[in-house]
Amino acid sequence: MTRQLLQPIAALVSGTVFGFGLVLSGMLNPARVQGFLDIFGVWDPSLAFVLGGAVMVAFIGVRTMYRLDKPAFDETFQVPTKKRIDAPLVFGSALFGLGWGIGGFCPGPAVASLSVGLTESFLFVAAMLVGMTIHDRIWSRRG
Amino acid sequence: MMAYLPSLLGGMLIGISAVMLLLLNGRIAGISGIVGRLAQGTNVTTNLAFVAGLMLGPVVFLYVFGQWPDVQITVGWPLVVAGLLVGFGSRMGSGCTSGHGVLGLARLSSRSAVAVATFLTTGAVAVAVMRGAGL
Repeated sequence: MTRQLLQPIAALVSGTVFGFGLVLSGMLNPARVQGFLDIFGVWDPSLAFVLGGAVMVAFIGVRTMYRLDKPAFDETFQVPTKKRIDAPLVFGSALFGLGWGIGGFCPGPAVASLSVGLTESFLFVAAMLVGMTIHDRIWSRRG
Repeated sequence: MMAYLPSLLGGMLIGISAVMLLLLNGRIAGISGIVGRLAQGTNVTTNLAFVAGLMLGPVVFLYVFGQWPDVQITVGWPLVVAGLLVGFGSRMGSGCTSGHGVLGLARLSSRSAVAVATFLTTGAVAVAVMRGAGL
């Protein structure tokens, strides 16, 4: 099979496992996410296990990557090379966190929740796409 | 402890998914990046396939457990502000909970460690302010 076919198949399977993992872990539910972020109130620590479990497994994958020349279906590994901690990183992450706390949604769970069919999910994802577009097409291209 | 088991298992599945995308396609499973590139029209087929899979996740859950997952959204209009901030902020900060949180920390990236510490802090502040304002 050609790579044009294998890459989307790998992405589809990976996406499905990701989406199912989000649901099983509780990340899909904004009320749970806000409970996790509510460290000054009634803190629900369970979502720390999501990050812990995911990082543990991903760490093994990253170690494996370092011993391979190239991925199975492509010529190169495309991983970020930037090292410098700059203003956009900190400022952008700060804004992202504010939105994450207010809505209880980050991009993965918001997109995955669309299939559940709540109007709020569509509203959030539409606003998120507008925010991304404002950044990518206007903010980052400003003179 | 048993209450944390689904969260741990779900997290490990997210990790397995990220490892698959990394070792098969050589790509970082960062959702803001994938969705952002899709919106820009870059590498459409593969990015669209991942997003389609993401939305299939809850459907698989429905077939396995016989019910849709809980999605409880309590905020009203601030949800639009939240969406704008999440979209703009994740692109400006080069990542979100997946790219920085999962893969960045697994790569021992100091940029991602800073990003995660920053968004966890402002996320907690946002929730505290919302609770205080009764929203």
